[in-house]
Amino acid sequence: MAKRKTQRLYFILLGGLAVATGVALVLTAFEDSIVFFYSPTEISQQTLSPGQRIRIGGLVETGSVNAEGETTTFSVTDTAESLNIVYRGILPDLFREGQGIVAEGYMLASGTFQASDVLAKHDETYMPPEVADAIKAAGEWRGDEPQQEATSNSTMASP
Amino acid sequence: MHALANPTRFLKLAATIQPWAAGLCILCFLFGLPIALLFSPPDYQQGDTVRIMYIHVPAAWMGLFCYGVMAAGSASYLIWRHPVANMIAKSSAPIGAMFTALCLLTGMLWGQPMWGTPWVWDARLTSMLVLFFLYLGYIALGGAFDSPEQGDKAAAILALVGSVNLPIIKFSVDWWNSLHQPSIFSMAGISVDAAMLPPLFLMVGAFQLYYVVVVLMSVRAQVLTAKIRAAKLMRTT
Repeated sequence: MAKRKTQRLYFILLGGLAVATGVALVLTAFEDSIVFFYSPTEISQQTLSPGQRIRIGGLVETGSVNAEGETTTFSVTDTAESLNIVYRGILPDLFREGQGIVAEGYMLASGTFQASDVLAKHDETYMPPEVADAIKAAGEWRGDEPQQEATSNSTMASP
Repeated sequence: MHALANPTRFLKLAATIQPWAAGLCILCFLFGLPIALLFSPPDYQQGDTVRIMYIHVPAAWMGLFCYGVMAAGSASYLIWRHPVANMIAKSSAPIGAMFTALCLLTGMLWGQPMWGTPWVWDARLTSMLVLFFLYLGYIALGGAFDSPEQGDKAAAILALVGSVNLPIIKFSVDWWNSLHQPSIFSMAGISVDAAMLPPLFLMVGAFQLYYVVVVLMSVRAQVLTAKIRAAKLMRTT
């Protein structure tokens, strides 16, 4: 009896190992389809066919936002490379300079990115406004700076 | 652990724990809900929308926790044939499915105002949806056989195979670019301000205790049903 139990234990452990290895291989192979967006650096290293729909993510560069009527132009950066984006439509509430965003669309021949959707990302920091003000007053605020957001969101800057 | 495999001993222990867990659960909800929804501070960038976190995050953790219990129970049922372990696994499935659904729904309600969309197919959201389907598959497969024992075994194997999804959910936001933000727990500590932690942990406690109460009720009912069935068989033979 005890022998059968050990047998079943080993069988399940081996089975688990096999399943885990299989899934790990599949996930590694499909990594390009699993990532939700690419950074401007990754985009610059890729050759995209014209009109190919992709998602690009990065931080809205300070001073780059220009709104004319419904059309907004801005650039996103991963602190290494940046990319100009044109978007026509309503932006999410959290959209502002320094904020992480994800834009879906395609590259224009001019090298500008034509976005059909813009989504706002936010990080995992939650705090009351008074605390945020106190940190800003103390000069310790790093939330709006690309450096901090890029590292706190480990996936944004690194490929 | 092995002592608890005896259903009668388990019944005794369950009867002692259950009222305490139920009382504590009600207390946690009684304090947690008003603090979370009314008296805790708003967020510096999300305002009052951050209050969804107090339901969403505990629900997500419970979705993962219930699956962990289900997989562990299934393993000890398959290896050691613990009947109580299987009952705990079977009782955890609908509760876990409910918490996962709650997590997905509150996530959609949160995503619409903050991200600008209720749903995207990024790694975190997709793997969480897969978790929900795994729960449904486990429940359906367990009832799909003529002999309950066969169904239990098939479902237990499904639960074990599906447990590979747990680390994928947990690390999806670190391994791949995603719209969903990383976990509030990291090596650097908790990224939630101290003023927001009491309601968060009260809600985690409330959900956890709710799970304990419902699982104990469900397992007790299953043990008693099995006893009644055995007694009936004794009388007819």
